[in-house]
Amino acid sequence: MSPILEVKNLAVRFGPTLAVRNASFTVQKGETHCIVGESGCGKSVTALAIMNLLARNGQRDAKAIQFSGQDILAYSDRQMEDVRGNRMAMIFQEPMTSLNPSYTVGSQMTEVLRRHHNTTRDKAEQRAIALMQRVGITAPQMRLGQYPHQLSGGLRQRVMIAMALMCDPELLIADEPTTALDVTVQAQILRLLAELKQELGLGILLITHDLGIVARVADHVSVMYAGEVIESGRTADLFANPTHPYTRGLIDCVPVPGKIKPGEALGSIPGTVPVIKDGFSGCAFRFRCAHASEVCTQAAPRREIGPDHVVHCHLPRQGADQ
Amino acid sequence: MPRLRDAGFVVGLAIVGLVFVAAVIGPWLTGHDAFAQDLNSRLIPPFWMEGGSSLHWLGTDQLGRDYLTRLLYGARISLFIGVLTVITSGLIGTSLGVLGGFYGGRIDDAVLFLITCRLSIPVVLVALAVVGLIGSSLTLVVSTLGLLLWDRFAVVARATTMQIRSLDYVNAAWCSGCSPLEIMRNEILPNISSHLMVVCTLEIALAILLEASLSFLGLGVPPPLPSWGLMIAEGKDYMFFSAWVIMIPGVALFTLVLGMNLVGDGLRRAFGTQVIK
Amino acid sequence: MTRFIFRRALLALSVVMTVMAMAFVLTRLSGDLAISIAGPGSTQADVEVIRKAYGLDRPVLVQFFDWTRLALTGDFGNSFFFKDKVATLIAQRMPVTFTLGFAGLGLALLISLPLGILAALYENTWIDRTASLLVMVGQAMPSFWLGLILMIVFGLQLGWLPISGTGSWEHFVMPAVVLAFTAVPALTRLMRSGMIEALGSDYIRTARAKGLSRSSIIFKHALRNAAIPVVSIAAVQLGFMLGGSIVIETVFALHGVGYLAWESISKNDFPVVQAVVLVLASIYIGLTLVSDILNALLDPRLRGA
Repeated sequence: MSPILEVKNLAVRFGPTLAVRNASFTVQKGETHCIVGESGCGKSVTALAIMNLLARNGQRDAKAIQFSGQDILAYSDRQMEDVRGNRMAMIFQEPMTSLNPSYTVGSQMTEVLRRHHNTTRDKAEQRAIALMQRVGITAPQMRLGQYPHQLSGGLRQRVMIAMALMCDPELLIADEPTTALDVTVQAQILRLLAELKQELGLGILLITHDLGIVARVADHVSVMYAGEVIESGRTADLFANPTHPYTRGLIDCVPVPGKIKPGEALGSIPGTVPVIKDGFSGCAFRFRCAHASEVCTQAAPRREIGPDHVVHCHLPRQGADQ
Repeated sequence: MPRLRDAGFVVGLAIVGLVFVAAVIGPWLTGHDAFAQDLNSRLIPPFWMEGGSSLHWLGTDQLGRDYLTRLLYGARISLFIGVLTVITSGLIGTSLGVLGGFYGGRIDDAVLFLITCRLSIPVVLVALAVVGLIGSSLTLVVSTLGLLLWDRFAVVARATTMQIRSLDYVNAAWCSGCSPLEIMRNEILPNISSHLMVVCTLEIALAILLEASLSFLGLGVPPPLPSWGLMIAEGKDYMFFSAWVIMIPGVALFTLVLGMNLVGDGLRRAFGTQVIK
Repeated sequence: MTRFIFRRALLALSVVMTVMAMAFVLTRLSGDLAISIAGPGSTQADVEVIRKAYGLDRPVLVQFFDWTRLALTGDFGNSFFFKDKVATLIAQRMPVTFTLGFAGLGLALLISLPLGILAALYENTWIDRTASLLVMVGQAMPSFWLGLILMIVFGLQLGWLPISGTGSWEHFVMPAVVLAFTAVPALTRLMRSGMIEALGSDYIRTARAKGLSRSSIIFKHALRNAAIPVVSIAAVQLGFMLGGSIVIETVFALHGVGYLAWESISKNDFPVVQAVVLVLASIYIGLTLVSDILNALLDPRLRGA
């Protein structure tokens, strides 16, 4: 088991707003690690922070960010530029706008290979064609000369994946890659990612808000709330034995046919994710938690529930509620 | 309305306010007549320069008329022409734009065609030609500019009307049986007024600049009215030796137009308007 | 693509026809043309002679169609004052106006493109604020006044440049600078907002995630998209410059089409005035057509596939 990415105590702020307060997780080679949470919990910011792609007013801080054993936290811009697209690649949520409308698909794909490795245009095009075939794009030769607006959303996302793989990266970060796509296409893309992970020994960091996706593809999960990873563990463990009230609430929100009885209320967690500013202390979930008490105004301690299962909570739940 | 922290807006408002006050009471305060000639006191420089006199703070022009008084009177002319022109062009342009944006279809096609024709016309040239052929007068300048400068009003009114036309509260008004005129008056106009205000300030600035150009070429406001453009033209013959003759009205013109532009930009920032081309 | 050009050309033609009608009406505004041509102190008999000679006794519509028919073949009649064919007069002076226009546009682009890009890259810093200041000054500056100031400073006091006439390229420097000043504000604003929008877009985020170099991101990816509206507006600005050249040509005594128009207006030389309005309007319309075509060529999404 070799970790591709190790993040320890990542924090990101934009002025007085703390978008990420404490995120620690590890992505193993050949495994998919999911970060799951509601909108506004800081999961996308986490992904951008790892790549050092934050907006101008964003400041990141961490105890360590190790990529394949190297400390990339201290990397300069030039050094990060060499890593991005090359050994670490990222795909985004909106395939419709993530490609430059003025350049052909082919030129955008070959440019990343030629930037990082000295290849001829022909060789680069051949690799692009091969990758396009691998991700299931028909008539790849023709696609090389097409413009992004000529492709559908699903095709564009496949192009993004192929483009991300051009330099044979060790880590693929995928920020909600299927959210903007039709359900059937979603399933295809997820299956494709799983296959590629197996074949190429990729580590995948998948950001999502959809527990269904987590259940399907994740080997390991970190649940984020208001900028903090509040629970993490192997997928099977987490679903079988969720201990943080938020995790339990999330799982309850997903109606399972057969388990839900008619007339029963659907699970929900009242309220929305708060925006955390300077000076905040204690557990961020206490305003929405049904089991909160006095002690929750203190910062939540880190507890190990089981092998490779960690939770940040004063009063973790066990077993079934009510 | 824009906050008082918007420095540009505040400065612009101060400038325009100052010019307005100066225009209204200024000529009366100086104790001189803007048209009274005194051929014995020609081209006296401003008081801070050598040869200046405390009788005429900004000196006199080539016919001995007090420059300060003429300058302040000129402010009246600029503001007068700016505002009247914009009232005319605003009415024309807004009507066309709202009609086109509201009804769409053939009417909109016609409006767009008119706008395109208007944009193709070389404005300065046509204005000059009209004044040149009919004879210069204040009324003619205002009417000509008013009939020529409506395009931005039309474009903005049309674009914003089209945006609003399909919004829910307009549809609600349709459903409750309002007539098109009522809808245009009650729903559309109030909601495009902020955008039109921005256009107003910018068009006033443009009208003032155009009038100055026309008067500079001798085909605008007729002498002896002290339009700033005319003052610059009259001073042109002496400018190499007495540069102040063209500098003073030029600075006044530049400052007023700058002030109006600052106000317009401040309004645009406050209303969150995008520049609609 | 061809269908698009065809429709645009048709529209352009209709606009030209309308402007023709307008130009014609324009010159008939001052009342009886024959009297104006004959001048003050002429007798009724003189006026009648002139009326017949210039065909002004025919119905207005006939006069209009006659003029239109001839104009479409390039015959604009003869100038009253210059005793020469109007078409010749215009053709002789076109090169000066065109030189001025292109020089002004070239200079404007040379200033506004880098300025706009820098303002966008260093948004909200002193560089951006300086650019904004320049834009504000340019918008408020009366062009004729700027021309006079430049004349005083560079012509008289420094003696570097000639202040009037068309002898050499130096004669075009100050006029071109003044002309450029009128276009720089709009172009700079457009370049700046276009770059800011491009730099904040998703595809730039992708480019950064690919590890592309900063210069590649700015110039290859962002600029390519941000420049599209600037290029097409530049073509239209050229049209404005050609139309607005009358003021600058008069200030600097450059014998171009604008100066010709100015002389003709002062002398009530109607055929020339009509023709110049028409020619300038047609050039403007042609330039907007060029602008649309440029837009379609540069933006793959508009090419229709």
